[in-house]
Amino acid sequence: MFTSVDDVAARLAETGYLASPAVATTVFLADRLGKPLLVEGPAGVGKTELAKAVAQVAGARLVRLQCYEGVDESRALYEWNHAKQLLRISAGRDETWDETRTDIFSEEFLLPRPLLTAIRGDDPKVLLIDETDKADVEVEGLLLEVLSDFQVTVPELGTVTATRRPFVVLTSNASRELSEALRRRCLFLHIGFPDEELERRIVRLKVPGLDEALARSVVRVVGALRAMDLRKLPSVAETIDWARTLIALGADTLDETVVRDSLGVLLKHQEDVLKATAKLDLDAL
Amino acid sequence: MTSPATGVTGVTDGTGVADRLTSLVAALRAHGIRIGTGETVDAAEAVAALGLTDRELLREGLAATLLHSPAQRPVFDPVFDLYFPRGVGAPEGEAAGRDDLRDRLASALAADDRALMGRLAVEAVDGYGGYGSSPGSDGWSSYQTLDRIRPQTLLARVRDEIRARGGSAGFADRLLEDEIRRRIEAFRALVVAEARRRVAERRGRDEIARRAVAPTADRVDFLYAGKAQVAELRRAVQPLARKLATRLAARRRRAARGSIDLRRTLRGSLSTGGVPMKPVLRRRRPARPELVLLCDVSGSVSGFSDFTMLLVQALHDQFSKVRVFAFVNRVDEVTGMLVHGRADPQGLGSRIQAEATLTGWHGSSDYGMALGEFAERYGDAVGPRSTVFVLGDARTNMSDPNLAAVRQIRERARRVYWLNPEPMSSWGTGDSAAPEYAALVEMHECRNARQLSELVARLLPV
Ligand SMILES: Nc1ncnc2c1ncn2[C@@H]1O[C@H](COP(=O)(O)OP(=O)(O)OP(=O)(O)O)[C@@H](O)[C@H]1O
Ligand SMILES: [Mg+2]
Repeated sequence: MFTSVDDVAARLAETGYLASPAVATTVFLADRLGKPLLVEGPAGVGKTELAKAVAQVAGARLVRLQCYEGVDESRALYEWNHAKQLLRISAGRDETWDETRTDIFSEEFLLPRPLLTAIRGDDPKVLLIDETDKADVEVEGLLLEVLSDFQVTVPELGTVTATRRPFVVLTSNASRELSEALRRRCLFLHIGFPDEELERRIVRLKVPGLDEALARSVVRVVGALRAMDLRKLPSVAETIDWARTLIALGADTLDETVVRDSLGVLLKHQEDVLKATAKLDLDAL
Repeated sequence: MTSPATGVTGVTDGTGVADRLTSLVAALRAHGIRIGTGETVDAAEAVAALGLTDRELLREGLAATLLHSPAQRPVFDPVFDLYFPRGVGAPEGEAAGRDDLRDRLASALAADDRALMGRLAVEAVDGYGGYGSSPGSDGWSSYQTLDRIRPQTLLARVRDEIRARGGSAGFADRLLEDEIRRRIEAFRALVVAEARRRVAERRGRDEIARRAVAPTADRVDFLYAGKAQVAELRRAVQPLARKLATRLAARRRRAARGSIDLRRTLRGSLSTGGVPMKPVLRRRRPARPELVLLCDVSGSVSGFSDFTMLLVQALHDQFSKVRVFAFVNRVDEVTGMLVHGRADPQGLGSRIQAEATLTGWHGSSDYGMALGEFAERYGDAVGPRSTVFVLGDARTNMSDPNLAAVRQIRERARRVYWLNPEPMSSWGTGDSAAPEYAALVEMHECRNARQLSELVARLLPV
């Protein structure tokens, strides 16, 4: 898919995703080695966005499995369309039960879910398994199975084997430690907060009205907040939100009042706001 | 991105790379990172796909293939630096004067040019880090380098330089000094890495990799953990507690199955003509045990006590009752504070210090006084169902160890264990009363999170 690490970075940038060298290198290797990519990191650093960007670059369809507590096989893999099956049975054509049964367990009545969708068909796909850590441990067993062989068995239909393996991205906020076995299947990428220069480029790209000088100040303030001992550190998503807020407020430079009034966009906990207010000398007004 | 200057040196052919990679993997394994053959093969493929021209890409590629969690990264980076160094030997050209070097460092800090800072770190160690009869003949020291270059004294100058060229106006100017401090910190880290690399060249990489790289959080010595490591340890509490809870539950199930009750088995056998057909298992009493923690929270061992208290708190539903007492030279109960401490583990230690009455007229720990006060005031916290853990280094500051108090506690409790964060080899040295206490209660060396979790899994009552 890619010719070099630089090629990855350049093509992701065309879609609006600015990759650090670590991100570009790992995406390049995941493609070369044909391994799933496990992306971990704090909220809002662009994990989900990365998968979307890769799909766009590859001209691939994005198939997304959003994990949550209680997600199960019937949501992740496939399910039979019971309502439709019942209708078919009660429509009662002139046939034996065996014939009916064969019919209602056919393709027509199958509801494929993301994992099955991702391995069927010949078109290129990116499978995004988002927030894997939210799913229960049992689901990991299922993922492991699918990601090892890229095949799924539907007892009534037989085994589906991928003719074209999808590019797989798993994301996690590390709210729970994923199993060692699953980790071993994957290339591991930790995305942390970007360095100053990269973050400045990201905000300028996402918030076109922002001039270079204000972007610089914005990123510096965010950097200072991240060095504080806060409950929740502001992420790239918050930097972007803050920049948009500043534009909306018509601020073309930062000053005490503007920062104090908009700090809530960056910090989600009142005690963090208080701490930052003190450390940034905003309470001296 | 791929100029020769950024590549890996000292590796020219395929076998060289393979050897490096194998040694790198061995060194990482020696640090407790589990790496299978599959990962090693992936890593070799990564090297083939990336080439050797850009060292930073190679670093990321190897990290992606060999590591499985961010906690392993701080171990990986310095080991990588040893096996895939930026350069070998010394830089070319005349050694620069100290002032000249400081001038250039000031500009690099002002521009936040990390690449230049890296090159200056190399130059600094080369010019000022060598010691012995001729520079470098005996070794290389980052400490000596930093002592001569004194990067921290450049703060004001860098700040003024940035301001002079209008690089920091308006609101964000108030952030400037802290920003520069962080850059200086980064430069110090580069100097440390470079000195380590040179020592490795002299002494053999494998030995350095084994000895000089900071261990993963669970192997960090409690007594020497830095601030970042303590924070990392705290994050490890919850996962560790979950693992331990599972193991305790398993032990409890096994214990509940119990041993054969001979009398009841025989009684039951009367109906089968005295042939014991059905063994009757003795049921264990279902009541959960009680736990009492007595923790030295004086400065010298506070990291250890904090961690253990948080761990026990996280395990509290495994017990019918948990009570925690803290002391320096006086004892106070802190059970309540610990419950609230869950929300804010960072603040726990300082709140205990602030709110509990732990010190009398002096601030250093006094085991004799504290143990005596505990036996006297809180004696009834300890009963036949309770297991007591004493946490501390048993350093009495030369005062009376009060062995009678320990005997008294031992008599009332079901079991008493003492966990000592000092290496066993220093028990009894100086003012340590460890041997005296160890003669009365079972004492274990407990130097890091790994040892602690093993001990907890083994010793905690079920
Ligand atoms: N490197 C980047 N290039 C472009 N945009 C980025 C980059 N990093 C983050 N963003 C932007 O930041 C925002 C948050 O990204 P995203 O939703 O992907 O985060 P996430 O890591 O998936 O967070 P969560 O864990 O909350 O799901 C998006 O608007 C995205 O466009
Ligand atoms: Mg996301």
